[in-house]
Amino acid sequence: MTYETVSRLAQQGGTIYFVVLFLAACVYAFWPRNKAGFDQAARLPLDEED
Amino acid sequence: MWKHHQKLERHSLLLVIGILVVVAIGGLVEISPLFYLESTIEKVDGIRPYTPLELEGRDIYVREGCYLCHSQMIRPLRDEVERYGHYSLAAESMYDHPFQWGSKRTGPDLARVGGKYSDGWHIDHLTNPRAVVPESVMPPYAFLAKKELDYRDIADKLRAQRAVRVPYTNAMIANAAKDLEAQADEFSSDGTALKQRYGPKVNQRDFDGNPDQISEMDALIAYLQMLGTTVDFSTYKADAGENLR
Amino acid sequence: MAQLDQTNMRSGSGAGLLSIGLGLGIVLTIFMAARTVDARFQVHAFIMMGAFICALAALVIGLSAGRFVQDQGRYEDGVIRAGVIAALFWAVIGMLVGLVIALQLAWPSIFYFPELGWLNFGRLRPVHTSGVIFAFGGNVLIATSFYVVQRTCKARLAGGLAPWLVFWGYQLFIVLAATGYVMGVTQSREYAEPEWYTDIWLTLVWVTYLLVFLGTIWKRKEPHIYVANWFYLAFIVTIAMLHIVNNLAVPVSPLSSHSYSLFSGVQDALIQWWYGHNAVGFFLTAGFLAIMYYFIPKRAERPIYSYRLSIVHFWALIFIYIWAGPHHLHYTALPQWAQTLGMTFSIMLWMPSWGGMINGLMTLSGAWDKLRTDAVMRMMIVSLAFYGMSTFEGPVMSVRAVNALSHYTDWTIGHVHSGALGWVGFVSFGAIYCMVPWLWKRPRLYSDRLVEWHFWIATTGILLYIAAMWVSGIMEGLMWRKYTPEGFLAYSFVQTVSAKHVSNMVRALGGAMYLTGTLIMVYNVWRTIAGHVRQDETGAVLVQPSASGPASTGLAAAQ
Repeated sequence: MTYETVSRLAQQGGTIYFVVLFLAACVYAFWPRNKAGFDQAARLPLDEED
Repeated sequence: MWKHHQKLERHSLLLVIGILVVVAIGGLVEISPLFYLESTIEKVDGIRPYTPLELEGRDIYVREGCYLCHSQMIRPLRDEVERYGHYSLAAESMYDHPFQWGSKRTGPDLARVGGKYSDGWHIDHLTNPRAVVPESVMPPYAFLAKKELDYRDIADKLRAQRAVRVPYTNAMIANAAKDLEAQADEFSSDGTALKQRYGPKVNQRDFDGNPDQISEMDALIAYLQMLGTTVDFSTYKADAGENLR
Repeated sequence: MAQLDQTNMRSGSGAGLLSIGLGLGIVLTIFMAARTVDARFQVHAFIMMGAFICALAALVIGLSAGRFVQDQGRYEDGVIRAGVIAALFWAVIGMLVGLVIALQLAWPSIFYFPELGWLNFGRLRPVHTSGVIFAFGGNVLIATSFYVVQRTCKARLAGGLAPWLVFWGYQLFIVLAATGYVMGVTQSREYAEPEWYTDIWLTLVWVTYLLVFLGTIWKRKEPHIYVANWFYLAFIVTIAMLHIVNNLAVPVSPLSSHSYSLFSGVQDALIQWWYGHNAVGFFLTAGFLAIMYYFIPKRAERPIYSYRLSIVHFWALIFIYIWAGPHHLHYTALPQWAQTLGMTFSIMLWMPSWGGMINGLMTLSGAWDKLRTDAVMRMMIVSLAFYGMSTFEGPVMSVRAVNALSHYTDWTIGHVHSGALGWVGFVSFGAIYCMVPWLWKRPRLYSDRLVEWHFWIATTGILLYIAAMWVSGIMEGLMWRKYTPEGFLAYSFVQTVSAKHVSNMVRALGGAMYLTGTLIMVYNVWRTIAGHVRQDETGAVLVQPSASGPASTGLAAAQ
């Protein structure tokens, strides 16, 4: 394994890996059916009564 | 796809695994090639393990936190090379467990301080930095000269170094204490054996100028005086293909 | 009701197991103290022995007095109260030591003592960094994480006495680390200085912490895991991984306080800065973002601006941070491909950082008047402004050309402090000001006016500090590379040292002001805990207290 292979693998592979993960996170976050659950979760710190 | 993520949200174990996968890969991709990529460390002549006295000095350097203000890593920038000498090679710290590159220059870089000043200058400067350099902000280390070096565990130290792959031989470990004493005394009859084991360039003298005891000052100065002196740069070809990284 | 109470109560709580562990620990430390020839190792063996004996005694006395009853209908708040007090205590110590070493650099002939080596800069600097990061910051993170995970899961902390083991175990770690530094016990790995046995102890404590946190999440009565807990979890899990890998070392002997790291040179450097940068990323960022995601919505009494953004923020942040370490090693003997990779991800890091900042800031939209009326809120919002500033400055400094100038200079110190004092410090103070009245069941803080004083004195201190470090850092960087027309270096090194004298004094003044603010907070918190309220203050901010247990809502739902 040479310097060039490692450098290419790390730089291109790292970028592709990141893009895939980022898209997955976005899809999950903006999937319409998840909205209700998120709205509920967002209120968790506020829904505390004594 | 989204159902899988729903699980990740709701089930904390999957969340933990997700976190671990995400954070482990970056480190693996960045760090692991350094261990098997041959070009990471240049092939140069002259690199040797520290002598027992230098190793003790290095431990004092670490103990006192010198690395917090002094780097040992000369960058290949014009002003640094002119101020401190040839830029540092990866090979020069290959036996440094741990590395002492540092991150801050409150004081100057020490990667090539060896041989730049006399032992006497180092004694005066370490004892009271402002007596030598009035504007200095360095702490005083007068106590080093008074404190006798405790080297009862020097053989253990060499053994531990060998466990982390520093090539100390059986003879080096067996004679660790003797080599240490020999290096701090220029008239020692064991000096020849010391130089056979560690090379002819090893400095052998009474570093702190006090023949009555081997002090922590002896050890620290022995370490400082060898820093950056091992590689012969007249034979090092920086532009050679195998040294380009 | 009586039946319910019985099922809700569990005593014992692992006390038996804990006392066996402590007994073994005492035997082991007696052996260590008796057999070692290393005086510094012996001191640490005695400290551990003393801690274990005290813990065992407290356990026995507590058990015989019938304490340690676990009422599942109430939150475990005792350990959080202890955490708040410990955080304040270590804040004062850590910042005081920071002030001392700042004074040493400003007036070396006054603040150095030739016969007292343990007071030298090199010994005290790790006391300062570990003191503020791990002792102050760590206690804030442990206390707030225990607070948040219980409230958002509506469940009492899991593990019986284990949370207390985490708390006291962590204090023991701090004491071992700090006493080690002044004695010269160090691995010389920045922000990971404690030696091998202290590292092993911290690993035990940390795994317990992870299990308590996870166990509480498993007990939750809510279907969702609130996003703050994601950040806490990432912080706990990643710090465990970083701590273990970066501290791999071979001790000189099993009875020695010294060790040699498993790796050397270039590999060792990258592992250390992979650790070092992610200590910033996961300890000082992810952990404190968790605080932001709970305490800002709670204080503003409105949900986080965008929960969806918080999810993208989370994954992008933890992914990108882990790659950024090599920017600490630009132009060194580290291969260039690794430097480039680190730089690229460092620049990308700007985006998730600002995404998180915007999410926190916009939570206040429609309630911006709180910035004027509520000093605690203002403190937390200003912390986000400092977070935004330093997460912009960081990517800039990670560019190789900029780094060529900034590296090794005071600019780095200024950058760190704008993040540490501005972001980590202020968001922590905000969380403490929120929690203290809630935890001690007080109607409000002793004095809101003192919070104002704290805010303004500390903010001025930060600005003085970072301005001084920008000036001295950029100045020394330029002086180092300055050439005369004849082509010689224009300045000797020591000329750059003396040129920084004024900046060093201003820095010490800024630090002193920040410490003053902290002392005001300590006084205010102390009076609040004592139950005092300043009567002459009008318009006091009242923020509704939080629940003291999951039982009320949980039982109501069950019936």
